[in-house]
Amino acid sequence: MSERGPIVVIVLILVILWYAAAILMNASLVRDTFRRAEVKYSLTELIAGTLDAKRPVVPAPQQVVAQFVDSVFGYPPDSPRSLVYHSWVTLSATVVGFALGAVFGIVLAIGIVHMRTLEKSLLPWIIFSQTVPILAIAPIVIVVLGAIGIHGLLPKSIISAYLCFFPVTIGMVKGLTSPDPIQRDLMRTWSAGPTQVFRKLRWPSSVPFLFASLKVAVTISLVGAIVSELPTGAQAGLGARLLTGSYYGQTVQIWAALLAAAIIAAVLVAAIDAAGKWTDRRMGARI
Amino acid sequence: MAFASAPKALIRPTGPARPVERATGEIGGTGGQTAEAGALAVSARGVSLTYQTRDGAVEALANVDLQIGAGDFVSLIGPSGCGKTTLLRVIADLEHPTAGSILINGVTPEEARRQRHYGYIFQAPALYPWRTIERNVALPLEIMGFDAKERRRRIDKYLKLVNLSGFERKFPWQLSGGMQQRASIARALSFEPAMLLMDEPFGALDEIVRDHLNEQLLRLWDQTGKTVVFVTHSIPEAVFLSTKIVVMSPRPGRIIDVISCELPRERTFEIRETPQFIKIAQRVRAGLRSGQSYDE
Ligand SMILES: Nc1ncnc2c1ncn2[C@@H]1O[C@H](COP(=O)(O)OP(=O)(O)OP(=O)(O)O)[C@@H](O)[C@H]1O
Ligand SMILES: [Mg+2]
Repeated sequence: MSERGPIVVIVLILVILWYAAAILMNASLVRDTFRRAEVKYSLTELIAGTLDAKRPVVPAPQQVVAQFVDSVFGYPPDSPRSLVYHSWVTLSATVVGFALGAVFGIVLAIGIVHMRTLEKSLLPWIIFSQTVPILAIAPIVIVVLGAIGIHGLLPKSIISAYLCFFPVTIGMVKGLTSPDPIQRDLMRTWSAGPTQVFRKLRWPSSVPFLFASLKVAVTISLVGAIVSELPTGAQAGLGARLLTGSYYGQTVQIWAALLAAAIIAAVLVAAIDAAGKWTDRRMGARI
Repeated sequence: MAFASAPKALIRPTGPARPVERATGEIGGTGGQTAEAGALAVSARGVSLTYQTRDGAVEALANVDLQIGAGDFVSLIGPSGCGKTTLLRVIADLEHPTAGSILINGVTPEEARRQRHYGYIFQAPALYPWRTIERNVALPLEIMGFDAKERRRRIDKYLKLVNLSGFERKFPWQLSGGMQQRASIARALSFEPAMLLMDEPFGALDEIVRDHLNEQLLRLWDQTGKTVVFVTHSIPEAVFLSTKIVVMSPRPGRIIDVISCELPRERTFEIRETPQFIKIAQRVRAGLRSGQSYDE
């Protein structure tokens, strides 16, 4: 309850700043329109104009919400004009990419923890892989996979996985090596095998690290999915909405798509958070 | 991994004569792992250990000779940092001596560890925080491949033994430090090893709880005939519990004196007032003193 007050205040401040920005950024545009039409205008008319421009530089909040509501509820969910349709396309690529990336990241971490040579030989490549700009390789991946007949969801998911495995690997290497020496010594006194040490000690110790890195990874995989929709010729997905929006100067459409992306990200993070809390409780975390 | 499915196969073949095993075997369980009388549980010759650290070598043990008979209750006592823990860890195959040789029940420490000859109780309870008390006690049993029914039986038996019945479903943080340490003792007992290695298990507890646990431990030892190697800082505790007290010098740990402590097996706290008890305590103190002056 006590958390709600500050959140409301911050949201209010942000909305006010947003309105201020819309008024300031769109003012010259509106002024030009009035001047071209050779009509006199008052300050109130100018401000009203900035908040209701057809192609604003910065759309006002209520315009974005109206566009959002219209494109979510105004069309059947399978229509290419529906934001639900595009969100679903992006969400499915995100979820598949996140799952692939998380599994790959975990497997890599397990390998690194169990084989020191793997760490030395792989880690530089992993870090290198993360320094390559995704916008540069996304089209390559899409084109190459397209050439061997893989289209649609999978190429996007692969790009998304490529982006999001890294925090999972880093977090899990940390987590799997987090048991303290006494906990490991105990296993040794019982002469537990490596698989048992992994299942009964390393894995449970790494769970808090896992959920922390999954939260980072899921937002990255959403970004990855959106980015990978840009070079596909913008057929579907939130990335496509962003691209067509900028082609045709539909700023309100862009912002509505961004709003959808933000909502998806929040829901995904909240879902992982809930799963993490549930697991914590099962593992006896002190509340 | 092959032996995990057949825990019984691990149990050291025991000779027909087992005089230390009490008649009922009530607490000792199968009793199959109880040490043979007269055999040596620990036999160390010229054991030295030097830790290599970033800022030079630390000589922790120097030329330690130690014989511990099966069924003995041996206390290691000495100033802080003298190498008691190190010696216990050498016995447990958690450290390797840099010189000398050591046999546990006639085999190398590694073999003894693989055959699960001992249960190790650390200074801290070291329970796994994500497991309930009963699942902590069950952990070594899971690893050693005991079936669910047997696990249940042993959890109940050993939690009862350390007076923790009713706390099965609690998580470690919900228990006091003393209760946690008792749970860790139940965990070490659960797989019924022939030997217990205890590193200042009651160091962090108050006097009353400590006395109580000392009595329980003594009774357990008396009933099961286990070999116990017990590290402590407390002279009365050492004298009260032990059949043999090993006094160590400051670093590098050497053995200054081995005092046998021939008090009756069944002891009560009144014994602490007897002249015999006081005499042994004085000898331990003298040993510790001589070790100190050695260094100065
Ligand atoms: N892993 C290690 N690496 C380097 N030095 C160590 C290590 N473990 C212990 N030592 C050093 O070896 C010496 C003996 O340590 P040990 O823990 O055996 O002492 P202790 O007798 O158990 O002391 P205490 O009664 O305080 O527990 C100490 O000087 C310690 O600093
Ligand atoms: Mg110690």
